[in-house]
Amino acid sequence: MDLSFFLDILIGGLIMGGLYALIAVGLSLQYGVARVLNVSHGEFIMLGAFATYSLYSLIGLNPILSLVVSGPAVFLIGFFIHNTLFKRLRKLSPSIEAFEGSSLLASFGLLFIIQNIALLFYGPDIRGYTYLDNMVDFFGSINAANRLVALLAAVVIGLVFYLFLFRARLGKAIRAAAQDVTTAQLMGVNIYWVLGLCFGLGALLAGLAGSLTSMMFEITPFMGLPYTIIAIIAVVLGGLGNILGSLIGGLILGLIGNIVMYIHPGLSLIAYYLIFLLLLLIKPTGILGK
Amino acid sequence: MTYSTKFSRLIPAFILIVIFALLPKVARPYTMISLGSIFMYVVLTVSWALFSAPTHYISLASAAFFGLGIYAAAILGQKLPLPLFIFFGGFISFLLALLVGLSSLRLRGMYFTIFTFGLSELIRNFVQWWEVNETGTVGRWVIQVNPKMVYYAMLSIVLLTLGAAYFINRSKFGLAIRGIGESEEAADHIGINVNASKIIIFAVGTFFMGAAGATMATRWTYIDPSIAFNPLYSFMPVLMAIFGGMNQIFGQVLGATVLTLLADMLLTKFPYYYMLLYGIVLIIVILFLPGGLVGLKDKIMLWFKRKRQGYETT
Repeated sequence: MDLSFFLDILIGGLIMGGLYALIAVGLSLQYGVARVLNVSHGEFIMLGAFATYSLYSLIGLNPILSLVVSGPAVFLIGFFIHNTLFKRLRKLSPSIEAFEGSSLLASFGLLFIIQNIALLFYGPDIRGYTYLDNMVDFFGSINAANRLVALLAAVVIGLVFYLFLFRARLGKAIRAAAQDVTTAQLMGVNIYWVLGLCFGLGALLAGLAGSLTSMMFEITPFMGLPYTIIAIIAVVLGGLGNILGSLIGGLILGLIGNIVMYIHPGLSLIAYYLIFLLLLLIKPTGILGK
Repeated sequence: MTYSTKFSRLIPAFILIVIFALLPKVARPYTMISLGSIFMYVVLTVSWALFSAPTHYISLASAAFFGLGIYAAAILGQKLPLPLFIFFGGFISFLLALLVGLSSLRLRGMYFTIFTFGLSELIRNFVQWWEVNETGTVGRWVIQVNPKMVYYAMLSIVLLTLGAAYFINRSKFGLAIRGIGESEEAADHIGINVNASKIIIFAVGTFFMGAAGATMATRWTYIDPSIAFNPLYSFMPVLMAIFGGMNQIFGQVLGATVLTLLADMLLTKFPYYYMLLYGIVLIIVILFLPGGLVGLKDKIMLWFKRKRQGYETT
C-alpha cells in the first residue's frame, strides 16, 4: 500500500468527515439543546445547496461567496420555525419527554413540507454545476480543486463556530442551556431566544454544508434524508447533547464510510447502520457520553 | 356490569361484521380497493398502538415488519396457499420482533425510537443490496389472488387484530403493560416481569403487521425494497393513532379510517401537493389536537355538560 493510496482514502474521508461534522454539530444543537430531534435537518442542507445552485446559475455568484447569503437565509428560516412551531409545542407539552415525541413528529411534517415545496419549484431532476473542477496533485493523491476548497471551508466554518461557542458570551449561554435549561433560565438566560438561536444555528450549519455539497455533488430535492440519517448516527456516536462529540462522530463516520467505499461501493450506508445499531446496543451514551 | 348490557354493546359490532362480510356482493371495485387500504392502516395502527400507546415507547419499525410480510408473500406466494403464506409473513415478523425486543431491551425513550428507525432502514438497505448483488434483480412479482379472497383475508386480519387488542387491554396482562407505561420500576417491584411483557406485546403486534403485509402484497403484484419498506409505513400508524386518539381502540380505528380517506382524496385531487398537504395536516394535528379526534369529542361533550349544569344551577 503506497502513500498516494493512503492519502486518497484520508483526504476523501476528511472531506466527507468535515461535511458530516458540520451537519452533526448542527443537529446536536437542535437535539442536544433545543430538544428537537429534527428529521427535517437534511432539508436545510438541500435548501442551502439549491440556494447556492440558483445564485450560481442565475447571476453567476461564486459558490464560496454565496455562503454569505445562503447561511443567514437558512438561519432565519430555522429561527422562524422554532419560534412559531416548536416554542408553542414546548409550552403545550406536559413534560420534556412528551415534547421530544411531538416535536419529532412535527419535524416529519416539516420534512414533507420543505421537500415538496422544493419539488414544486425545481422538479425531481438531478441538477449540478461545475466549479473549480481542475485536478490538484497532492503527494500523488489527485483530487478536484472544489473538494479541497470544500474541505478548507468546512474547517474554517468549524473553527469560527468553535470560537463562537467557547469564547463569545452568547456561546456560553448556549452551553449553559445545553447543560440545564431551567438553571440557565434562573441565571438570566432568555431561554426561548437561546433555544430559537440554537435551532437557527443548527439550520445554518446544515445550510452551509449544503452549499459546500453542491460544489462537489449533484443535487435533488430528495438529497436531504440520507444526510439526516448520517447526522443522527454521528450525534449518537458522539453522545447525545455533546457538541464536541458530534464533531468527532461526524469525522469518524466520514473516514469509515470512505474506507468501506473502497472495499465495496454501495455497502457504506449498510455499514453506517450496522455501526449505529451496534453502538446503541453496546454503549448508547456514545464515545464521549457520561 | 350485567350480562345484558355487555351483550347489547356487542350487537353493533356483530351488525358491522355482517355488513362488511356481505359488502363484496354489492359494492363497486373502487370501494373495495379503498376499504382494503383502510383495513391495512387499521391493522398497522392498532397493532402499533398495542405496544406503543400504553408503554410510551415510540416504535418506528412498522415498515420493517410490514415489509417482511410483503417479501414473505413474494418468495412463498408461488409455493404455498394464501392463508399459509399470510401466516408465515406474520410469523417471520414475530420472530424478528422477538430478536429486536431481546436486543433493544436496555434502550429507553428517544434511543429506542432512533434504534427502531435505524433498524428498518438497515433492513431496507440490506434487502436492496442483496437483491442487486446476490439475486441480480431489483423487484419481484407477487402471485395474484382473487380480489374477494384478499378482501376477506384482510377483514379477518382486522377482526383478529381488534379482538386481540380488545381482550389484551381488558386482561391482567394488559393491566401489567399499562403499569409498565406508568412506571417501569414500580411495575418491576410488584412482580411484573417487565422485559418479558414488553417483548411479548411488541411481538404480538408485529405478527399482525407482517400478516397484513403478506396479504396486501398480492394486491400490488410488483414490489421492490423501496415499496415494501417505505418509511411511510412506520410514520403513518403513529400519525393515525395520534390523530384519532391513541389511548382508545376506537380512536385508533377512527384515525386510520379518516386519514386513509383523506390521503385517497388528496392523492386523486391534488397529486402534486399531496405530500405537502399531508405535512401541513400532520403539524396542525400535533399543534391543535393533542388528544386526537376522541379528545376533541370529549372536550365538546365536557363543554356541553358544563353548559347544561350552568343552566341547572341558575
